[in-house]
Formats: sequence, structure tokens, C-alpha cells
Amino acid sequence: MTDASADRVTGPTPDTAIRDAERQDGPMLAADGTPLKSALGKALRRQKLRALMLIAPLLLFIMVTFIAPIADMLFRSVENDIVSQTLPRTVVALDDWEYDSGEVPSEEVFEAFARDLAIAAERKDHTRLGSRLNYETTGISSLFRQSGRGVDEIGEPQMDALEELNEDSIEPFAWAAFMGTEDWAAEVEAWDADQQGLAPVFRPNNEAVAAFPETVQLYSAYAETARIAEDSAWDEDPFPIVFHVFAQELAEADPARLADIPGPAGLDLVAAREAIAALDIPSTRDAFLEIDEDWADPEVWGTIKAFSSPYTAGYYLAAMDLAKTPAGVEPVDEDQRIYRTLFLRTMVLSLTITGSCILLGYPIAWLLANLPLRTANVLMILVLLPFWTSLLVRTSAWKVLLQQQGVINDILVWAGLVGDGSRLVLINNATGTIIAMTHILLPFMILPLYSVMKTIDPSYLRAAKSLGATNWTAFWRVYFPNSVPGIGAGSILVFILAIGYYITPEIVGGTKGVFISNRIAYHISSSLNWGLAAALGTMLLALVLLLYWLYDRMVGIDNVKLGG
Amino acid sequence: MAETTNGDAFVAFERVQKSYDGETLVVKDLNLAMPKGEFLTMLGPSGSGKTTCLMMLAGFETATHGEIKLAGKPINNIPPHKRGIGMVFQNYALFPHMTVAENLAFPLEVRGMGKSAREEKIKNALDMVQMGSFGGRRPAQLSGGQQQRIALARALVFEPELVLMDEPLGALDKQLRETLQFEITNLAHELGITVVYVTHDQTEALTMSDRVAVFDDGRIQQLAAPDVLYEAPENSFVAQFIGENNTFEGTVKEIRGETCIVELDGGEVIDAKPVNVGGVGERTKVSIRPERVEYNKDRLQEGAHTLKAEVLEFIYMGDIFRTRLRVAGRDDFVIKTRNAPDQVRLEPGSQIEIGWLPEDCRALDA
Repeated sequence: MTDASADRVTGPTPDTAIRDAERQDGPMLAADGTPLKSALGKALRRQKLRALMLIAPLLLFIMVTFIAPIADMLFRSVENDIVSQTLPRTVVALDDWEYDSGEVPSEEVFEAFARDLAIAAERKDHTRLGSRLNYETTGISSLFRQSGRGVDEIGEPQMDALEELNEDSIEPFAWAAFMGTEDWAAEVEAWDADQQGLAPVFRPNNEAVAAFPETVQLYSAYAETARIAEDSAWDEDPFPIVFHVFAQELAEADPARLADIPGPAGLDLVAAREAIAALDIPSTRDAFLEIDEDWADPEVWGTIKAFSSPYTAGYYLAAMDLAKTPAGVEPVDEDQRIYRTLFLRTMVLSLTITGSCILLGYPIAWLLANLPLRTANVLMILVLLPFWTSLLVRTSAWKVLLQQQGVINDILVWAGLVGDGSRLVLINNATGTIIAMTHILLPFMILPLYSVMKTIDPSYLRAAKSLGATNWTAFWRVYFPNSVPGIGAGSILVFILAIGYYITPEIVGGTKGVFISNRIAYHISSSLNWGLAAALGTMLLALVLLLYWLYDRMVGIDNVKLGG
Repeated sequence: MAETTNGDAFVAFERVQKSYDGETLVVKDLNLAMPKGEFLTMLGPSGSGKTTCLMMLAGFETATHGEIKLAGKPINNIPPHKRGIGMVFQNYALFPHMTVAENLAFPLEVRGMGKSAREEKIKNALDMVQMGSFGGRRPAQLSGGQQQRIALARALVFEPELVLMDEPLGALDKQLRETLQFEITNLAHELGITVVYVTHDQTEALTMSDRVAVFDDGRIQQLAAPDVLYEAPENSFVAQFIGENNTFEGTVKEIRGETCIVELDGGEVIDAKPVNVGGVGERTKVSIRPERVEYNKDRLQEGAHTLKAEVLEFIYMGDIFRTRLRVAGRDDFVIKTRNAPDQVRLEPGSQIEIGWLPEDCRALDA
């Protein structure tokens, strides 16, 4: 470079800037002195913007229909806020309780749980939560459903006692005035469901908050529940649990102060306090044990505590035949282990299908690439023909062919190759899945193979033969290595399609030939365990990416060609 | 053209015919005998059957009829890989997934040669084509000329006695082509190998070959040494195809020994040498090479016929001048003169008279 620069004539030429930049070893400058990079960037920006506009519709489409659902699926597989949202008080109260202690939780926990469950039961959320927790510990679903009914009893005696003192004191309008601000009470009284949409949001009055903070809290939950149900706190009776809490706060309150506070519908709160004190109310814990003895089982509480965090690895554990028990992560019972088997089977069958596609597709692709154009075109139509037929029709046709009383078995029996008593079982097992899916995925192997073979110059084979190679050596040493990129592309395509296939295994797979995707579909549409379905789907995705990475390491992704 | 081959011909085609569709013959009754060590070129327009002949010799096509013999033995039923013929292809056909050295090792490996012997031979072959340091490269990393050198080395590395080349220089630029023409010829003579070379480039055919077989319409039109082919074409196709030619059509008026008189269609009369004419009154095509046309009357024979000509165009081409004339109603008559100090430059528009020695004007088949 030094020699060249010595020869260079420097002078006032238009490219002085370039020369300066070279000499200074700094950034290259454009003719007007701005850095060349930014000048180029400015010039290209319009072009880039236009290109972006052109792909924008597709980009948007992919974002909405592909990226977003995948992100949602990834999120769903770890999302678990149902426990903490439905049982917020219980989750906090359980903080101090340890499963390992083996004891039933304290009265406080039961108290918090009673409030949560009562509200959840009114909102019908408790069955949903029960089903969710039932994935982890069986029996919880029915326990929740039964307790949802029983929790109504808590607070009933207190209600009765108040009613005896003052008939109106448990009426909704009395409570609306007692708990809410005057404005709100007026609004909610005037509210008409048919004309105004949802009722106004509850606004508590300050005296009530000061004297009965927890009652206000529960009442607020009640008012919100009524509001969501397109009803109003003016018409609906407050939940018994509100009276339960009210009674507790009355008992703890200072009688001297109570005298100054007007109760609902003018109820004398001091008298109410005495009336309630005279009642024999069991502890909340006993009330629950009365509803169902299982509430004394630490297992139930352990499960609630274990799944109380808003995110969980539980679905992933389940997808690997593990379970998060209160005591830690443990494998599930042997008779319930299915997912590992399914993943393994999906892999093995997909590999088998890919292998048979290579074996069957290679000669056809070779013919396509080497026959005269007219014949090759006819053959190509035959290859593409399956694409023009419904997948369901093709798969159902295999059902007809492969049955034990089906066409293939009939022919074999007729030809005497198979005894009538020992007809082959070709369907509703892995064999059926392999046969039908090989047929369906074969074009995806043939097409990339064909397009690569088309680019292999026939003179390579001639050259190899003229150099002394036999037909086989010429093929194996010269033709085959050049067709490997096509095999690679076809294999990736077929394998990835196969690993997520659903319809065909569902129809011809029976129980021994179904894939992991069938289980995902089951959880999406039948068991409604979307979290587990999402976890299984995510693992499938991770598996594909892992295999892709391995493939890249071993074969090299540059070695994959879909055409010239 | 030898109708029958003598016994010691190295390569022989005997009454060979080839048809692809059963209706038309691509090669019609081919007879050819080559001695050992000859460099023979098959020259012809595309579709003339020359490549088919080469492919039949290599074994990639089978003859529909007739026999092909190599060193006296019929090879019709011997598969290509047992013929031991080296071949160089137009597109080089180097195996893209192998390095240069692996490409060269391929013919030796399939012959079961040991590793050390192989390496020795590969080295020699690469040195022979001056590509000694390229053994580790892939074909895609080489230029066209380098690839062709490797292809040549690969065809020679297993020491075949016969090497076939199918338009090997067709894809190269002019300068490289000329260099390689020279190298291939030298190499062939040095190694004493027999070469059958196919091309449609007549310059290549003339400069490289011992003999040239001019193909047209599935037949060899003339098989002769380059100078004979140029100087003494036997029919009008060869005359047209090889080099530049001025042709007239006319009728033979009179034949007198080594000369004849031809009356052109426009009524003019010229002298010619009867080479391939029937008799008096027959139609003929006469051909005159542009460099043999004379416009200086002093150099013509006594009593020679001359034609009136009008100069249409004068083109300066460096080593020669090329002048286009209107003669006997034709606008495409060309004469070439050497760029010598005393040479006259003909002015367009001027009227001149042209003539030639009777032996330079060949009366051929119509």
C-alpha cells in the first residue's frame, strides 16, 4: 500500500474528500463533507421505507396470527394467577403455614378462606379454581363445589339475630345507606338495569370505613359482584359472609363508640352486639370441617399454597410426567405416565416416516429429474395429485384399505399369502400412522429432492463413468453427494411436519399410533387444560428447534437447498 | 474418404448409423479410420451428428447399426467405464463436492490404485497442466480456464490411449482459448495420445488437428488435413463452411482438361477448375477465396476472363484490408488484401475489373 500511495498524484480533484479520508484513516466522507455512511443511509432510507411498506401487510398478518398466539401460548404455559386472584386473602394467610408441619392451618387461614370462597362461590369462580387444582390433586374439584354451597351457612345465624332485632336491618337498601356514600346510595336506588348499563361502582362512606373496615371490604366485594352480574346492591341481598364479618367487628368494637353510630335501618348496634354475643357461633375452622372433613387434610392446603404464586412450572412438570406435590417435585404414578412415552413415540415415528419418505421419494425424484420433459410432467402431476385431494379423504381412504376386513388384507388372503384367521393389523396402531403419513408427506420429500436433482448436471455421471466408475460407484460417489442438500431439505420439511401432525394419527393411529399433538388437541378441546396444552406445545417447539440446531451442527444448514 | 478401414487403424467406425426416434438418421453411414497418435477433429454445425459420434465412441450412446472398433476390437457392447477412454466435457464436469486433487484421484481410486502411487500421478498430471499448487481448491474456486486445465488433467491422469474432447474450449474467451488450443495440441503430441476433438469453431479445427472431418447432415463431407481442406474443398458445403468464400451459381459451358468455363446466371463468363461437376450443361457452384481475387490486370493470365465490379465498402482491419464489391449482381463479394506498404486502398464508388487464376476458382456441386 505504501508503494501505491507514493505513486499517487495529489491535486484538486473531485475525490479529494476520499483521499483525505484515506490519508487520515478516519471515516470516509461524501463529496459535501458529511460522513459517507450517513449520506448512504439517507439515500437508502426511502428505499427501505418503501420496502417496509410493501411487506407491512404480511408482517402485520404474521404478528397477529403467528407471533402473538405463540407468545400467548408461551405465557399460558406458565401463567397461574387463578389461585392468587380467587383466594387473595387465603394466599396471604397461608404464608405463615408450612406443609411440612403436618398440621391443619390456623383459624385465621380458615377465616380468610371463608371470605374468599364465599365471594368466589357467588361469582361461580370456585368451580373453575377447583378444576384447576384438581389437575394437581384429585378430589379438590368436588371439595370446592360442595364447600361453595356450604359456605353460605356461615353468617346465617348472625343475620337471623339482626333480623329479629330490626326486620329491615338486613335489607339491601338499608345496607346500601349504611355502607355507601349518600350520593352512591341515591344513584344506585335510581339505577335502572334496562337503560343505564352497569350499576354505579360502590363508594364507601367514611364512618363505615372507620368503624367496620373489613365489613366494608366484604360489602364492596358483594356490591361489585352484584354490579358485574348486571344487578345492583339496592336489590340484591348482601351475602351472609358480610354479616359474619360484621358480627366479628361488632364484637371487637368499643360499645361506647357504637352508641353514636346509626346501624342499618336505624339498628341499635349496642343491642345487636349483645344479641350476637349471646349466639353460640362455632369457629370458622369447625364450620369447614362440618362441611367436609377433607379440610383437615394438609394435602389440600399444601396444594393451594404450592400453586399460589402467579407463575408456575407445574404444567411443564406435568408434561414430563412429574408433579409438583406439596412435598416437592415427584414423578407421577406409573399408570399415569404418558407424556414421555408420547414424546418418544412422536420422535421415533417421525424419524421412521422421514426415512421411508427418503427411500420412496428418492427414486421418484430421480425419474422426475431425468425423464423426458413430457413424461416427467405427467409424473409430476401424479406426485402433486394428493395435494388436490382433501387430507381427510386421503386418510379415510387408508382406513378403507388397511382395515382387517379391508382391501389389502382381502387381497393378501385371496392370494393365499396370509391366512384368513391371521389377517394383518395394519391400522389403529403405529403401522397405520407410518403408512398413511408417509403417503401424505411424500410430496414434501419429492419436491425439494427433485429441484436439487434438476440442477445436477447429467455430465457428472458421464464423466464419472468415462473415468472408469461403474454405474453404482458413479451414483454413490458423484450423484448422491450432490443430492444430499435435497435430502436435507426434504427431511427437515417432512420431519417438522410429521412431528406436529394431528389429523392422520387421530384417524388411523388408534391408541398406539397417536402423537403428542393429539394429546395437545385433547387438552385444548376436551379437558380444557390449556396450560398443559400450552406447555406441551412449547416443549414440542423447543424440541424442533433443538433438532434443527443439532442438524445444523452435524450437516450444516448451508447444505440445505430447495432449488437451484 | 476411406470406404474400408485397414487392419491397424486404432479407432474405426464401420458403416455406423444412429437414430434416436426410429424415423430419421442422425448419423448416416459413417466410416472413419484413425491411426494411433492422430489428432482428429470433428467439425460441423450443430445437429450435424458430430457429438453423437463422439458419444457413441465414449459409450454413452449405442450405434443403431454398424461397428465401432478400438484397437481392432469391437466395443459396441462394452460399457463406458470399461473402455478406458478419457473424456473432457464442454462444461468441464468437475465434481463440485470434491477438491481438485480428489477429482484427479477419482479415476485412479476406481482402478484400485494405492495412495502413494495415486499422489505421484496426481502431482505429475497437475504439473503437466501447470496447476501444481491448486490441488486443495474446490472447482468453484477456479476460473473457467483453470477448470478446463483440471478437466484435462483428470482425463489424462489415468493414462488413456484415446482422449475425447467435446467442445472443451467453447465457454472460454478468445485469448484463453488460443492459449489452451496450443497447450492441448502440444500435450497430445508429447504424450502420443490419440485425440478425437469435437468443435464447431473452424479456426480451432484448422490450427489444432492432424486431420479434420467436416460433418454435415449426418455424414462426413470431407476428411482431410487442414491445408487440404482449406485449399481444396471437395464440395460446396466444405468450401462454404471452412473459411470465407465468394460463391456464384451458374452452368458449365465447356470443360477443357484442368479448366472449365462457367456461365453465371447473369450471363457473365468465368474460368474455373472443375472439381466436382457433372458435365457440360450441369448446374454448378463456383467458389473463390477472398484473398485469391486479383484486381491488378497485370498479374492475370493471358486471355483470362474478368468481371466488372463496383467498390461498395472498404474496411481497414489492421493486418488486412477487406473490400466489399458488387459483382455479377451480388452485393456480398469480398476481397481481402494484405496491408503492405505498396497496397492500393480501393475507394468506394470506383469501378474496377477483377479476375483470378483458374485453379483458385473451384467449380463444385450445385
